[in-house]
Amino acid sequence: MSARERIAGNVASYVDDRTGAAAWMKKNLKKVFPDHWSFMLGEIALYSFIILLLSGTFLTFWFDPSMREVVYEGEYLPLKGVEMSAAYASALEISFEVRGGLLMRQIHHWAALIFMAAIVVHLMRVFFTGAFRKPREFNWIIGVGLLTLAIVEGFLGYSLPDDLLSGTGIRIAQAIIQAIPVVGSFLAFFAFGGEFPGIAFIPRIYTVHILLLPGIFLALITVHLMLVWYQKHTQYPGPGRTEKNVVGYSLMPIYMAKAGGFFFIVFGITALLGAVASINPIWLYGPYTPGQISAGSQPDWYMGWLDGLVRMSPPLEPVIFGYTLSLNILIPGLIIPGIIFTGMALYPFIEQWITGDKREHHILDRPRNAPNRTALGVMSLTFMLVALINGGNDIIATHFDLSINQIMWFSRIGIIVLPPLAFVITKRLCLSLQRADRDLVLHGRETGRLVMMPSGEFVEVHEPISPEKAWLLTQHEQKAPLELADLDQRGVRRPGLIKSKVRKRFAVAHAEQVSKPTVEDLKEIEHH
Amino acid sequence: MSNEIELIKDPGLPEHKLRQSDVDPKAADRAERQVAILFALSALGTVLFVYAYLFIPTDRFVFIPLMGDQNVHQLLLGLGFAAALLFIGLGAVHWAKTLMPDHEVIAHRHELRSPDIDREEFVKTAKEGAAAAGLGRRSLIKKSLGLSLGLVGLSPILLLGDLGPLPGNALRTTSWKTGTRLVTDPGDRPIRPEDLEIGSVAQTLPELAPGKDHHSLNDIAKDAVLLIRLRPEEFNLDAERLSWTYEGIIAFSKICSHMGCAVALYEQTTKHLLCPCHQSTFDVTRAAKVIFGPAARPLPQLAITVDAEGYLVAQAPFNEPVGPSFWERSA
Repeated sequence: MSARERIAGNVASYVDDRTGAAAWMKKNLKKVFPDHWSFMLGEIALYSFIILLLSGTFLTFWFDPSMREVVYEGEYLPLKGVEMSAAYASALEISFEVRGGLLMRQIHHWAALIFMAAIVVHLMRVFFTGAFRKPREFNWIIGVGLLTLAIVEGFLGYSLPDDLLSGTGIRIAQAIIQAIPVVGSFLAFFAFGGEFPGIAFIPRIYTVHILLLPGIFLALITVHLMLVWYQKHTQYPGPGRTEKNVVGYSLMPIYMAKAGGFFFIVFGITALLGAVASINPIWLYGPYTPGQISAGSQPDWYMGWLDGLVRMSPPLEPVIFGYTLSLNILIPGLIIPGIIFTGMALYPFIEQWITGDKREHHILDRPRNAPNRTALGVMSLTFMLVALINGGNDIIATHFDLSINQIMWFSRIGIIVLPPLAFVITKRLCLSLQRADRDLVLHGRETGRLVMMPSGEFVEVHEPISPEKAWLLTQHEQKAPLELADLDQRGVRRPGLIKSKVRKRFAVAHAEQVSKPTVEDLKEIEHH
Repeated sequence: MSNEIELIKDPGLPEHKLRQSDVDPKAADRAERQVAILFALSALGTVLFVYAYLFIPTDRFVFIPLMGDQNVHQLLLGLGFAAALLFIGLGAVHWAKTLMPDHEVIAHRHELRSPDIDREEFVKTAKEGAAAAGLGRRSLIKKSLGLSLGLVGLSPILLLGDLGPLPGNALRTTSWKTGTRLVTDPGDRPIRPEDLEIGSVAQTLPELAPGKDHHSLNDIAKDAVLLIRLRPEEFNLDAERLSWTYEGIIAFSKICSHMGCAVALYEQTTKHLLCPCHQSTFDVTRAAKVIFGPAARPLPQLAITVDAEGYLVAQAPFNEPVGPSFWERSA
């Protein structure tokens, strides 16, 4: 036994004597994870969160979260002598005087954008492949919670420097709070310690941004990952993959090297962006004052859809019994987002109710094989996209020489018309793809080789596809819609008939499919 | 359905294919060298980072096509840091892909639900525990505990009471009083009508109260006023609102009636004011009537006139709250 092995052995036995970790470790070091590029999306979110913790900690060493007024005497000449908050002055100090400070600020901001993007794309992957199904509903809900908190955390983060752009964002947030019926102005005065802008808000959101929310993130992410670990990862369908197994590579050494390496790749790319791609140049905006604004004021992209909804809202502000109800703020700012996020969180249960399927699912769906779900997802994305486009309507108008009014009307009509259209088109596309799969299995692959028959007719030669491919295209389960009897066994109308009729309709729509080919179908074709 | 029809069979896991580095020791050695080079590049990145941090002055700029003028110090720091991180990652992944075993492993999945016997025993234990504590029997304890737990939550909520004062009248008042002079922002100079040309706009604030040397942001958030001068005949106002203007000069709150952004964009040809936040558009000639966008109310108009010395002053305070709406606004 070499000296090194002896030392390692001693350390391991020292730890195991006190924790008994060896039994757990021996099993889990060999834990199998399936391999697919789309499983890296959640990883990117996790790694950018770590980058955010690291770079954010660095920034706190210099950032002064105070709205105390100071006169700027730093190195950035255009703002010399200008009155500003200590928060803005210290953000300028980080950008111009702390060596590597601007790099870290930009890494922090880029990491936040990547974090959000990774969460959204990861969520799309989970949704479209049906990975949220039993037993993973808890993790879906935690994920929706993380997405919601991440949007808030991002907003608070870019609000902290107290520049003209972020101050405008805070003003809008204050107006949303103030618009809440009955208690709005009280809540706004509590949040801001009095009138807008006051001097309390930046220090308060600083505590929330660097302590409260990151703490909640850490807790939720830990549970999220523990559940993934414990429930074992889902896998894509394919030869040898079943509901009862996991096919992939073991944690030690493959995933340690791959996932560890991937952390450095994500960090490296974020650092590269921070080095070469300027982001949020706060020194160009100037300090916040409520009397000024710059044209083309835009939030970060993950807030853009919300801003777009507010922009397209009709001017509804009824006064009811002498009280003002700001529907033009409440509907786009609170009600629609509330419906979207609640609906998203409840979706696994809604789908379960429609299909009546109570079994565990570990093999992922190919999106085309769940046309209704896929169409619903594309419909929601279309809604968000129209809202996002309208959030940038001023930028689009100036870049493409259009009128803002035209874009606004496009969005107002589009947000109602386009999502259902997207639903119908997507569902048809999915069914067509199913049909194409069926043809591929039955008639084989088109080779592009043309042959002239003795009769003079030209035909294209088809080649049978591999058994692996045939399995992939036919492995999915095709369930008939849930049977719901209107009458019970004694011929009496069941209670809750309307509910069951609705459920039946959904069930039929959900189960719409092109029946997959069977061996009999194949044999029949061969006879011809 | 699946019972009656013969389905296409699962052919099972495809045969494992060997990589070049598995069969050719030379290829394996080559892969090892590649990994080592990647790790070495990372080390070079760190060297670049340290060099830039210590020896490159922070005030040197270089022009780079597409990127414009770049600070050399910051750029090299960033590039060094990025390379140091990126190449560790690339090295590790390359190592895993070329040299580590790539046999797919099959692990079994077990149903997550506990065996029935465990479930039953759990329910029994929980019931026994509850019974031992007497929760079911001693309803007095249960009720009083419920009461005290419910009440104890009240204290921390009450403690938040000092987060802010109650709104009181604050949302309805501004610094504008009868006779308050309009002064330029910035500059704090009083304004005469002849200072404003027809078609021009000026941002103004109320003159500073004696003893104050600057406008607080809280004041600006309610007091900011835009002056716009048109030809008097261009107005389309009722008699009262017309009397609030002075020789074609009209004054509006600059704080948007929608969400409080500064309504800063004035289009001279159409005489429209536009809020850059959500594109609410107000027609100056019709007392800032909303003609487009989500805002539901016109910008509050400030009645103005001139004082004995010929300076523009407010005839009266705003007759309605400025800024975004709130529940009790019209009460």
